[in-house]
Amino acid sequence: MFKFVLRRIMFSIPLLVIASFIVFWGIRATFDPTARYRQSRDAAKVIAEKRKEFGLDRPLVAQWWSWATKFVRRDWGTSYTTGDKVTTMVSRALGFTLQLIFWGVLISLVVAIFVGVYSAVKQYSVGDVFFTSMSYLGVAMPPFWFALLLIQFTAVWPKTHWHLDHPIFYFVNLHSTGQSGINMDYIRHLVLPVLTLSVQSIAVWSRFQRASMLDVLSADYIRTARAKGLPRRTVILKHGLRNALLPLVSQTAVDAAALFGGLVITEQIFSIPGMGRLFLTALQNGDVNVLLGWMLTGAVFVILFNLLADIVYGFLDPRIRVQ
Amino acid sequence: MTLSDEDTQAEVLSIEKIETIIEVMPEADEGDLELVAGAEPVARSQFRLITRRFFRHKPAVISTFVLLAVLVMCFGASWVAPFKRNQIDLLEPIVGPSRHHLFGIDQLGRDYFTEILFAGQVSLKIGIAVGLISTIIGFTAGAIAGYFRGAIDNALMRFTDLFLLIPGLAVLAVALKYFGYKDLTIILVLAGLAWMSVARVVRSQVLSLREKEFVEAARASGASSTRIILRHILPNMLGPIMVNATLGIAGAIITEATLSFLGFGIQPPKSSWGKMLSDAEGVIGGDKAYLIYFPGLMLLIVVLCVNFIGDGLRDAFDPQAKH
Repeated sequence: MFKFVLRRIMFSIPLLVIASFIVFWGIRATFDPTARYRQSRDAAKVIAEKRKEFGLDRPLVAQWWSWATKFVRRDWGTSYTTGDKVTTMVSRALGFTLQLIFWGVLISLVVAIFVGVYSAVKQYSVGDVFFTSMSYLGVAMPPFWFALLLIQFTAVWPKTHWHLDHPIFYFVNLHSTGQSGINMDYIRHLVLPVLTLSVQSIAVWSRFQRASMLDVLSADYIRTARAKGLPRRTVILKHGLRNALLPLVSQTAVDAAALFGGLVITEQIFSIPGMGRLFLTALQNGDVNVLLGWMLTGAVFVILFNLLADIVYGFLDPRIRVQ
Repeated sequence: MTLSDEDTQAEVLSIEKIETIIEVMPEADEGDLELVAGAEPVARSQFRLITRRFFRHKPAVISTFVLLAVLVMCFGASWVAPFKRNQIDLLEPIVGPSRHHLFGIDQLGRDYFTEILFAGQVSLKIGIAVGLISTIIGFTAGAIAGYFRGAIDNALMRFTDLFLLIPGLAVLAVALKYFGYKDLTIILVLAGLAWMSVARVVRSQVLSLREKEFVEAARASGASSTRIILRHILPNMLGPIMVNATLGIAGAIITEATLSFLGFGIQPPKSSWGKMLSDAEGVIGGDKAYLIYFPGLMLLIVVLCVNFIGDGLRDAFDPQAKH
């Protein structure tokens, strides 16, 4: 297990090095970090100073190399636009994003497993047909449009029509000003972004869970379990579900990485200052240090998610643990 | 069993058991019965079998007609649209959907239905172009990697891994800055990011097909590698490729809409459904909220149709596949 982890990390290091260079080069070729000083007095002088300060007068490879050597010593540089340290910016943003991912994955998994198992056990029932059509809708739904509809129908419309002081669900940030911690205020802020984030994964994962549950339910050991007189509930949950969870686990790990990308839309629409927004503003300003910090943090997350999936996999399937 | 025995059995089947067969296989039509009964089987080309199965898939058939209608309306907008493009009627009050203005009037006083049709041209054009180009590139790369294996295969896999790390949005932003905001740039970048998943599917299919006897036979009779790939392997994996192409089109339409919504895609004066949603974001909750319904509804309908057609194609090409 440990060896396997080590190998995976070793493999991704050269890729990360190349990817960081490509991004560095691409952003530098198209964005000029001194562009905003062009309007200032003594523009030529200020720009020359800033170029020296940012190290832009040196060749590109040398710039990238000094960034990389500093990066491994945990100095991720500063933002060109705000002057803040990238490490502080990333860690501040990461908190919001982790909350969203945690709730998003949790809700998606719970709903998807419930729907998938129900649809498989009651195949072709009214409920199954309903969930199937909903999943078709969920897959085809553009997430940002779904978010706009949520805001319109669950937040703004009830507020204006029932003359409420505050909307039922908020759609800006994760807390009202002055609030913190897990309370009613937090939940009212969380509902809409988490729904936006999980609509697609619920649709995809529930189909996935339904298919694998159907597969398992037609297996011989299920018939054996029924034949020896075990209660239906035990057969479905202990013999069926446990085995039917395996494919979903690896799928979740792959999709959770994609969820990281989906955050850009959610955080933008709901004004949550997480990683997605950090990425978007950095990209609009060509803020290369922030972009690289974002990218490498994201890469670490992809690796971590895959690792977590392997551990859960081993927990569910003892055959893998032994190896 | 002698020949005469077989004949008698076929005779018995064809006369006496036909009614039983009709009972057992309610969905069997003449063709199947003839084959089962063994009396004068009608030869059908593979193509006819596939189209027949496709036309049995009702959602796919309905979707095909709906999608064709949308395509004709959008690309024939100059003739179909009730008003001229960008025509502003200053005397008309800004109102919601009515008989005169099907989708109402937008903030600038233009007929929204007309705007939607013209914007649809851009959305559909980009979606279809990206789907087709990425399928062609993906097939070529995947087939070469799977057929020749070795260094090319390795290079493709590493390349794919690399682009899982580099954020696609950053690539798009850099390319748009460098080459200017053109539809062609967006199409090429999106296709350049989407072909790799197609290549993976094609590669795994080719890996198994290249070991089949008919490929060996073709090679033994002196066929070139190009001929083997195009004449012997490609026809055998047409199903997965076409299903992937439809998925690619659906994905590209949503991606373009998302990018334009975030401000990284289509720029004014051009418009697409995603761009229209981005323009209309501010009207939420007001009396012009209908402006956010229609572009998203069009996206939903088109993507839903494309997905259903993909389902129909999969069933038509691979009738045994479970879904």
